[in-house]
Amino acid sequence: MNYTEQHIWELLTTIADPEIPVLSIVDLGIVRGVTLYPQANEQGFAGEIIITPTYSGCPAMDMIRLHINLAMTENNWPKLLVKQQLSPVWTTDWMTENGKKQLQAYGIAPPQGKAINETYLEDAVVPCPQCNSTHTTLISAFGSTSCKALFKCDSCQEPFDYFKCH
Amino acid sequence: MNIYWNQQWPAHIQYALFLADNALILAQQHSKWCGKGPILEQDIALSNIALDYLGQARNFYQLAAEELNQLEGVQFYTEDSLAYHRTDRNFVNLLLTELEQPNWGHCVLKTFLYSSFASLVFQKLMHIQAGELTAIAEKSNKELAYHKRWSQDWVIRLGDGTAESNTIMQQALNQIWPYAGECFIPANFETVFWQNHPSFFHELEKEWMDYLQTIFTEATLQLPAKQAWQTGGKQGIHTEQMGYVLAEMQYLQRTYPNSVW
Repeated sequence: MNYTEQHIWELLTTIADPEIPVLSIVDLGIVRGVTLYPQANEQGFAGEIIITPTYSGCPAMDMIRLHINLAMTENNWPKLLVKQQLSPVWTTDWMTENGKKQLQAYGIAPPQGKAINETYLEDAVVPCPQCNSTHTTLISAFGSTSCKALFKCDSCQEPFDYFKCH
Repeated sequence: MNIYWNQQWPAHIQYALFLADNALILAQQHSKWCGKGPILEQDIALSNIALDYLGQARNFYQLAAEELNQLEGVQFYTEDSLAYHRTDRNFVNLLLTELEQPNWGHCVLKTFLYSSFASLVFQKLMHIQAGELTAIAEKSNKELAYHKRWSQDWVIRLGDGTAESNTIMQQALNQIWPYAGECFIPANFETVFWQNHPSFFHELEKEWMDYLQTIFTEATLQLPAKQAWQTGGKQGIHTEQMGYVLAEMQYLQRTYPNSVW
């Protein structure tokens, strides 16, 4: 079947981050480009997708690479070369508004404000994703995955993950 | 015979390996604490930091391998062969990174010294056109900001804590401090790499020492009296500890060479 770069972008919105299944890799902001070659190259790649890692040690990157080509195969589309590019550096500012809403609904507080170089998590006002109270306290700057910190809500007493600014 | 270190290699490749080795060895030492942290949240914090360093090491090794493979008449390198097939004499990491971490004070102090040092180096790398090296530095520096903040808080909390926590922190500082100077005493490959920025090492030492002094003062910790710095890591001459680190880290590849998942 015929397909365009737009079709591939749409397909990518169906691929979730393995560690945050409600967030697609497009909403997360890690897809930096999709290019189809005029014809398949000698390695058999029909085009390339450029992705950028959230954190240097993020173990999800290999999985995401695999999922992209699995999705291509399911559509009977040829394989694409998935390239990793570090610069410009990924930032939480690239996360879409849709992505932030989905994080919130899933129980993870989305990044508050813009990414800054020096981070003062202690001073951040992070509303509780359960009850929206702003009376919350940082428990630990490092959480269940590289991208999250652990907070607790002083109003409803629930602990929650916060996707920290980066 | 396979060659895993050659002083004739271009300085930027040796420099990438230096940055890779630092991150890998620190990641390895931090990883040993997984499951042993004082409380769950801090155990997770140190493991996360170890993971960041492992990721940074991979990026630097991949770059070094790619550049080495473009040289003429060399064997084929991969990130894995650079990490697992080199002996202690081929590793050029700072001695600081390989030191034992017998208690939590050592863990946070090593993280504090390394992250604040590396952060200054990476910021300077971001201001020169060093291609992919600059890109990795920019990426890593965001992670280091969190490590620096976390470890700085711990150094202050324990130093300016109880009499006992202060004693343990001061002992850790006394033991680790002789290894700090190596950070700003350049090896040949560093001098060549920074040759267009002759004031680099002087500025690095000044900025770093000023920052450390501020935090140690707040933490009520005393810097040990001036003494000779322990050096040698960047020349491949390591402490006794390095052999144990590599024996554990490289065990699988030494036992089953070139095995893959």
